[in-house]
Amino acid sequence: MPEKFDVIVVGAGPAGTSCAYLCAKNGLKVLQIERGEYPGAKNVMGGVLYKQQLEEIIPEFWKEAPIERPVVEQRMWLLDEESAITLGYKGQAWANEENYNNFTILRAKFDQWFAKKAQEQGVTLINETVVDACLVKNGKVVGVRTDRPDGDVYADVVVLADGVNSLLAKQLGFHEEIEPAQVALTVMEVLNLSAETINERFNLEDGQGCTIEMFGDATKGHLGTAFLYTNKESLNIGVGTTLSSLVNSKMKPYDLLEYVKHHPMVKPLIKGAEEAEYLAHLIPEGGYHAIPKLVGDGVIVAGDAAQLVNGIHREGSNMAMKSGSFAAEAILLAKQTGKYTEEVLDIYREKVYESFIGKDLEKYKDATETLENHPQYLKEYIPMLNRAARIFFTVDGISKQEKQKGIFNMFMERGKIRTVQDMYRAWKVMK
Amino acid sequence: MEGDEIMAKATIEEKQYLVRFRADKESHLKILDQTICLEKCPDKPCTYFCPGEVYKFEGDRIQVGYEGCHECGSCRIGCPHDNIEWKYPKGGYGVVFRLA
Repeated sequence: MPEKFDVIVVGAGPAGTSCAYLCAKNGLKVLQIERGEYPGAKNVMGGVLYKQQLEEIIPEFWKEAPIERPVVEQRMWLLDEESAITLGYKGQAWANEENYNNFTILRAKFDQWFAKKAQEQGVTLINETVVDACLVKNGKVVGVRTDRPDGDVYADVVVLADGVNSLLAKQLGFHEEIEPAQVALTVMEVLNLSAETINERFNLEDGQGCTIEMFGDATKGHLGTAFLYTNKESLNIGVGTTLSSLVNSKMKPYDLLEYVKHHPMVKPLIKGAEEAEYLAHLIPEGGYHAIPKLVGDGVIVAGDAAQLVNGIHREGSNMAMKSGSFAAEAILLAKQTGKYTEEVLDIYREKVYESFIGKDLEKYKDATETLENHPQYLKEYIPMLNRAARIFFTVDGISKQEKQKGIFNMFMERGKIRTVQDMYRAWKVMK
Repeated sequence: MEGDEIMAKATIEEKQYLVRFRADKESHLKILDQTICLEKCPDKPCTYFCPGEVYKFEGDRIQVGYEGCHECGSCRIGCPHDNIEWKYPKGGYGVVFRLA
């Protein structure tokens, strides 16, 4: 008789490890299965980890976790080819331990640390093992089939935290194949640079970090963003666009990354930095409409596998951790009843939809599609805003009144009705 | 000299040198039917959107350099003819990210 567990968690990213940690902490027998050489070996993100959701699992984790820098400044750039409209917020409140908001992290280091914390709670972690399928008996998931010899393992409940491609939930019929417009292909590099140089270039005190998000020319007007984040002694620079934009525009993602690195706004910031690693990954961008069936008999889907990412606010790891925590809560409840049916586990789905996860994803449910179908926002309005700023701030003997008029006419060139429609549509999907 | 190395546009080959791959002997990626690529797919989008330049059209067929695959899944989703059989590499094989 093969060994049986209370819970099998597939994947050792933020969602899977949050769930495994909390289940083990509450006395359940947990097996966590990771296909990489170690947790984090297959995992990629831009690098922003939010504090709140992990703090709820491990209080004051930042005192021991391998974080890079607490972020005190978030900048946003609307890029044209040689210029940018810059916005942002910098606050010393975020520099204060109690008020940390988010951190930059390097996932290979961080994920190993987090998984080790879960092991300390009693989780059994097996690396280098692929889960090929869920074992289903009478419509109920009863375990998993791995690629190891005699690789079947059984459990009362299986948590699918297997990442964006979500192959196991698809096998169960919880979702259709993902569409190219529902994922952003992101490529990124880690660039080594000394802490002093980073501090000087980004106007930072020691141990403080800055994030920059770039829109517009960073993706040559295609739907997506680029980013530049400060680590302790390195920078993460990346760019992501919907896979559909890449297919349609015939752009190569690594050429786009080079384009961003050579943009006049970016180039001086990364000058002299040494490339240390190159990474590619998909980000779920389908949002609310793409969320699959989350629960079945003996099974729960969490994190990227459930497409829980807010692309507009680059929030993902927090939603992964929160969904992993909700999954653990539902499983503990099921344990009390002794039943792991869809009906009992459905509390997980309710929690996801009633929390900030469901609410925020619903708020922006049509944003990605609208921006994809109406490329003028990134392709036309961002360059126009740049032109307007240049005209307005250039002192050339023309009166401000006249400049304002010229700028107004420039925006109305598309036709007054179309422009007003564009503004209304943008307000509607963002409100 | 500072900065020269990064400012010369890095090629995809140079980028791929930065990545650790533990390649299996067998490919986890398979073109199901090469004649579809040849006859029905004039654009061959996998040859440009793949971030590891795994797919190259050479002669009359797509060559699959699975050893440099980042396992992102783009080709699985982006192939217009669903002509790529995509699996994860066997446990422990494939890309090994060391940093981010």
